[in-house]
Amino acid sequence: MTAVLPTLDLDPFDPEVLRDPLPAQAALRDAGPLVRLPRYDTWAIARYAEVHAALTDWQSFESSAGVGLTNFRTGTPWRPPSLLLEADPPHHDAPRAVLAKVLGPRALRKLRADWLADAEALVDEVLPGGTVELDAVPALAAAFPLRVFPDAVGLAREGREHLLPYGDHAFNAFGPTDNALVLAGNASMPEHAGWVARQCEREVLAPAGFGADIWAAADRGELTHAQAPLVVRSLLTAGVDTTVHGIGAVLHALAVTPGAWQLLRERPELVRVAFDEAVRWESPVQAFFRTTVRDVPVGDAVVPAGEKVLVVFAAANRDPRRWADPDAFDLTRDPSGHVGFGMGIHQCVGQHVARLEAESLLTALLARVTSLELAGDPVRHLNNTLRSWESLPVRLVC
Amino acid sequence: MTTAARSTVRVAAKERVADGVVALTLVDPDGARLPDWTPGSHVDLVLPTGDTRQYSLCGDRWDAFAYRVAVLREPAGRGGSAWVHDELAVGDLVGLGGPRNQFRLVPAPRYLFLAGGIGITPLLPMVDAARRLGADWRLVHGGRSRASMAFLDELDDPRVTVWPQDELGLLPLGDLLTGLDDGTRVYCCGPAPLLDAVEAVCPPGLLRTERFVAREQGAPVRDEPFTVVLDRTGAEVVVTPEVSVLEAVRAAGADVLSSCRQGTCGTCETTVLAGDPDHRDSVLDEAERAAGDCLLVCVSRSRGDRLVLDL
Repeated sequence: MTAVLPTLDLDPFDPEVLRDPLPAQAALRDAGPLVRLPRYDTWAIARYAEVHAALTDWQSFESSAGVGLTNFRTGTPWRPPSLLLEADPPHHDAPRAVLAKVLGPRALRKLRADWLADAEALVDEVLPGGTVELDAVPALAAAFPLRVFPDAVGLAREGREHLLPYGDHAFNAFGPTDNALVLAGNASMPEHAGWVARQCEREVLAPAGFGADIWAAADRGELTHAQAPLVVRSLLTAGVDTTVHGIGAVLHALAVTPGAWQLLRERPELVRVAFDEAVRWESPVQAFFRTTVRDVPVGDAVVPAGEKVLVVFAAANRDPRRWADPDAFDLTRDPSGHVGFGMGIHQCVGQHVARLEAESLLTALLARVTSLELAGDPVRHLNNTLRSWESLPVRLVC
Repeated sequence: MTTAARSTVRVAAKERVADGVVALTLVDPDGARLPDWTPGSHVDLVLPTGDTRQYSLCGDRWDAFAYRVAVLREPAGRGGSAWVHDELAVGDLVGLGGPRNQFRLVPAPRYLFLAGGIGITPLLPMVDAARRLGADWRLVHGGRSRASMAFLDELDDPRVTVWPQDELGLLPLGDLLTGLDDGTRVYCCGPAPLLDAVEAVCPPGLLRTERFVAREQGAPVRDEPFTVVLDRTGAEVVVTPEVSVLEAVRAAGADVLSSCRQGTCGTCETTVLAGDPDHRDSVLDEAERAAGDCLLVCVSRSRGDRLVLDL
């Protein structure tokens, strides 16, 4: 018996889909466990169970052919592939082990007090007196990660303005190479990429920080010295835009969900839940591709070997088969098990950094702000992989 | 069984692979994937006798559904290996801790693998990795006699030298370990006299070893319920063998986040204020485990009858 394979004439990188991806993601989920997307000669998995299974099954779904649309077996990557995101075991093992240690919860303990103090200082700066209206994206969501993360890595002060456009382009580049967002970014990319590459060198990095820790691991032989700069590059690519958009997502969710800010004020121990629930609800990283290494069964169908499969984290994170009332941002739910950070051996190695940034900023805001609400219409920033806000006007009452 | 469901495996096969050596194939009782691992990893097996023993994973990590370990009967040991040889049967359940890796394969252009007897076990997956990495490698596999040496049939490769002591004498360590270039990494596993001899000859910067010495456990892993105290609320909850600490504290109202639920991601790390943790995760290293000040509550448990957590 041959199951009929659902096929959707859907472009996941269409600007209208990027602006509001929820209907397309629902259509992908509803169509079946595996969907054919002829537009790019690819496939999609959007239900939670199958997304979770595909992400954990690195043996069947490889990453070294690239986690964007371009297949590195046949096409050319726009930059040397990541040693983490775009690698499989055994090549993936050593860089992952090193970075997991450098960014691990225990390594972050010594940053906790400093980051909370930094967050309090930032909040004091944006809230000089009483109630204010401001755009929360530049003033808070971008300002705080840019204040603490480059210092934690050990970057020079000069040139940090390259970080966000570099990350934005890197995440756009997982989409089609002739896509308008990619084409728009290509012109300025050599300048951004050149700056980022220079920051990865040991001489440019501060003597203490995540960057120095990575080079020290190379000195201990846990990485080669040739690998060290590329591992630092992974921090700079994946560690900035994502946290900015994650913090933007939780601020937006708290501003538009009645009672949420008051509940957090009463129960500040829920700030970690709030951030992870926002990562589930918004999925700042929407999807990555995998490539099948053999014929792989999904549901009743089979993806042939060598095919690109879009694994839609965002759709899984709102799959009603897994989550009760999935479209609700709900501080009383347990968001554990969401795939907003991915899952399996490639699960976001910086997730603890992201959580600590969000926890620090929210804690500082909760201490001063009695109410958080929208003060205007928020505006989306479009990216082929990321879901994010360009502008988020809010009123902070204190 | 004595441990939470997520850390129990079933013996799917038991096979004699050399004189005095049995290989066990371990699977999830429900047929699920087992936690991912890397070459050099070991697991704790918690035997129904209450003993905990550590064994290197020596199977194929491209098979996510089975672990393989090999157990040497040690007449001078404390009885764990004899129990595995004589009592453990296909179908039995055993508790599982880990996997953890304290013997990682670091990137290098060249590897020299030195195995003494059962010390071949962590090196088998390393040889596979070195092959896949396209590295230049050599394995010298020593043992008392061919009949005592496990997995010779899996090592049919011109880069492997089999060195039975009864035919060829002791391993020629002087020859093997002189003139190594700086790019070579030497991985050695086996009995203490071999490791001592290798350490005496090999340039220290090149050498990585793992000693097969069963660690003294301070106390057997509990098979009885224990009490977890949530310090911030004062609530107390009894953790029975069937549930994880994570499940128990969540049921008691603590909003602990978790993600992987198999002790690998670190999301559920919780501060321990008092008590004696039974660490069963893959995140903490030996020093961190010894500190006893945190717990990966999705898999780890308590050795004592009371654990106070900062929740």
